[in-house]
Amino acid sequence: MLKPLHKHLLNDFQRDFPLCSRPYQDIAHQLGVSEEDVLLALTELNNNNFISRIGLIIPPNQLGVSTLVAMAIPEYDLESVAVKISAYSEVNHNYEREHTFNLWFVAVANNTEHLQAVLEHIEQDTGYKTMSVPLLDDFFIDLGFQLDLQNA
Amino acid sequence: MIKLDDTDLLIMRATQAGLPLTPQPYQHIAEQLGLTTEVVMSRMTAMQAQGIIRRIGAIPNHYKLGYQFNGMTVWNVPDENIDELGQKVGQLDFVSHCYHRPRHLPDWPYNLFAMVHGKTQADVDSQIQQISDLLGHANRACEVLYSTKILKKTGFRSRS
Repeated sequence: MLKPLHKHLLNDFQRDFPLCSRPYQDIAHQLGVSEEDVLLALTELNNNNFISRIGLIIPPNQLGVSTLVAMAIPEYDLESVAVKISAYSEVNHNYEREHTFNLWFVAVANNTEHLQAVLEHIEQDTGYKTMSVPLLDDFFIDLGFQLDLQNA
Repeated sequence: MIKLDDTDLLIMRATQAGLPLTPQPYQHIAEQLGLTTEVVMSRMTAMQAQGIIRRIGAIPNHYKLGYQFNGMTVWNVPDENIDELGQKVGQLDFVSHCYHRPRHLPDWPYNLFAMVHGKTQADVDSQIQQISDLLGHANRACEVLYSTKILKKTGFRSRS
């Protein structure tokens, strides 16, 4: 399904996206194709959800304060609690996981006080305790993710 | 946290959903915000240089590309070794995120989190074994938490 151009775009342009007036043309030059080819291929990847976007990756805590939060919710209440939490604008990732701690979300706020207030509000709102595990140190060297696309 | 001004924040918000797939994406953003293209590009360059933007590029959807097994592995390692061990685990090519987070005893004794991605369960099992081998005696306990449902995934939204 994926052509060589798609695969190049997926693997070789996860970082250092050109910051010039015609970045897709710059990429096209690098790959020996036309600007139109690059735009079309990226649009295809985007429309089919192979890429989520051409985006900026921002390390945690650069813009405001964030934390990862876990909650242990009984099965019968999981759906309604999950819906309540997803409704907070301060929550931007909410995942269900297979574990006693079965609800995991990332909360972001402008400052620590606000973040704390949001978690307290969530506890009052849902009736369950939150367990906050903020980032203390980041060990990752972000080189993007080399994808094995042989069978893609 | 490095101080960003209103222009920086405007640019960050405008690019949150991604760069437009049009021939001059930065000009497009500039026009939306009432800025010049030069300002948009120079601010983004500066933020990248300062590490506020880690990278700009195509963000693959691992799940759609066959990496359907994504596990949050958590480990309990001695605090005095966590920097050294964290660096080693973070460099493994199947680890996309590696963080030191606080324990919450007694229910949650884990202080090292590593996200792994594989195409099959067997791949992920092997990856977990590799981390375990790397940690050796330092590995006091570990678990893997698989996500069963993504309930929300909106990326960064700054508060105005």
